[in-house]
Amino acid sequence: MAFTFTEENLQRIEKARAKYPTNLAAVMDTVYIAQEQNGWLSDEAMSEIARVLEIDKVEVLGVVTFYTMYHKKPMGKHHIQVCTNVSCMLRGGYELWDAVKDKLHLDNMGVSEDGKFSLEEVECMGACGYAPMIAVNNDYYENLTKEKVLEILDTLENG
Amino acid sequence: MDNVKIVLPEIENLRDIDVYIKNNGYERAKKALGMAKDDIIDIVKKSGLRGRGGAAFSTGLKWSFMPKSDDKPKYLAINGDESEPGSFKDRQIFEDNPHQLIEGILIACYAIGAKSAYVYIRGEYHNWIVMLQKALDDAYDRGFVGEKMKKTFATEFACDIYLHKGAGAYICGEESSLMNSLEGKRGYPRVKPPFPAQKGLWGNPTTINNVETITNVPIIIEKGWEWFSSIGAPKHPGTILYGISGHVNKPGVYELPSGVLLTELIHDVAGGVPGNKKIKCVIPGGSSMPPLRGDSLEGIRMDADSLREAGSAIGTAGVMVMDEDTNLLKVLARISKFYHHESCGQCTPCREGTGWMLKTLNRIIEGKATSNDLDLLIDVAKNIEGNTICALGDAAAWPVKFMIDRFRDEFEKYVFKEVQMPAKNKVHSMRNTAHPLADISRI
Repeated sequence: MAFTFTEENLQRIEKARAKYPTNLAAVMDTVYIAQEQNGWLSDEAMSEIARVLEIDKVEVLGVVTFYTMYHKKPMGKHHIQVCTNVSCMLRGGYELWDAVKDKLHLDNMGVSEDGKFSLEEVECMGACGYAPMIAVNNDYYENLTKEKVLEILDTLENG
Repeated sequence: MDNVKIVLPEIENLRDIDVYIKNNGYERAKKALGMAKDDIIDIVKKSGLRGRGGAAFSTGLKWSFMPKSDDKPKYLAINGDESEPGSFKDRQIFEDNPHQLIEGILIACYAIGAKSAYVYIRGEYHNWIVMLQKALDDAYDRGFVGEKMKKTFATEFACDIYLHKGAGAYICGEESSLMNSLEGKRGYPRVKPPFPAQKGLWGNPTTINNVETITNVPIIIEKGWEWFSSIGAPKHPGTILYGISGHVNKPGVYELPSGVLLTELIHDVAGGVPGNKKIKCVIPGGSSMPPLRGDSLEGIRMDADSLREAGSAIGTAGVMVMDEDTNLLKVLARISKFYHHESCGQCTPCREGTGWMLKTLNRIIEGKATSNDLDLLIDVAKNIEGNTICALGDAAAWPVKFMIDRFRDEFEKYVFKEVQMPAKNKVHSMRNTAHPLADISRI
């Protein structure tokens, strides 16, 4: 599907470009803007990023595939990220992971059929003192228990 | 002295620019901008301030490596990637004291002659990036940053500060990888030399400092190096943001002088271990640092030199506490999974070795391993260590090498003593008489 940036987003890209001495350096910001607008980074979106920044498409592809926060496929409206790294693990991170997996019937990087949820097992999110935790899109939920996490999922399901 | 706060003073709403200004805010930048650049570098050097991002290198010395000539643009990059498991301190600065970070950046930029500073923050910290951007916008509006600062501070100097959002890659906390990422490339570490001060961002002289390190600078300028150097451990002075996690009653970030006793930190500050259980293992500086045995913590102090003597390192002062019921095999496998996932793939020893270590550890978890596998793990670790472009190799190797070495008794419980032959080739004399299945079932 064809992809073009909205007028507002083109202005945001211009602002990003102004931060750096090269256009290439603005690629990470621009990829975020494309992902926000499109939900994920389609081939067309990557072509458009390359065109707008006047850089090679392979540069865009290289960056998109290197960083884990760029989605290479459509993800759910609520992207659930469960941390299972050591500090979370010591305080029940894997119990949360199992509970979320069971509840959503999803595996790592799975997306629900209705597109509402996707699930990812993530590495340390920098919330070690408030473990265990999950993030829903950009928002952190900390000091969780299995019960609390199921409650959060119910709220999102009905919201 | 025990309750001295430098980085996170207990002032309500300090993130608000008006509150910050009322508390001497941006006065230190004004003072610094009226001083000679070399004098500032000298003060920071004499203060003994050492980097809080892991290597504990002298900040003033690092600044002094920057060339004095102005023929090329110079840059300051602030490392707020904070991805080391067990570290969660910098986000507290973004949240509670962003203006002191900004003020520290202004002083550092002036001292090294940089006109642009980039703060690299991990993408997961989206909401904290928003907080820091708000503070930065306010600082611009009030004329503390950018062209307007010339008038505000009555000086010839001006610099701009930009935020750069990462996108989920632990390796970008490594300074040369961070620079590649800032330039819009994959986060591959660069070979050193050339060092950043010679050839950094876009081939120009660059200094990279940690968020917490820079946040100390305004107070050093205000109160003087003598004051700063008298706090905490003499060779690693100042306060440190200790992030305590795992099996403690009150986990969190605590600002205390360097050199506090590790036992005091765990038992008094963080409220001890739930259920008064014994401690089996402590990783004192984030997951890359060598783990310490719980029965050998007495007398260990939290500063770079004491921890080195104790056989570990200060790292990012992210203290992870594990009680006596912790399965260290599973912890080590989880740590190894992390480094395998985060290896950028540039160097063969790290790319392949991290995978081998993870596979071998999983084999032990499945109950299919022998003592030889423990030696194999140490061997693989030793072959990664020192053989890679960046320190991620060492970071992956150390936990394996030191945990197996220091907890050999525990790891031996999970493995067969001798080689197990496939059933059809089984030689009777090579079989164990005491079957260790009882131990394996505990995994």
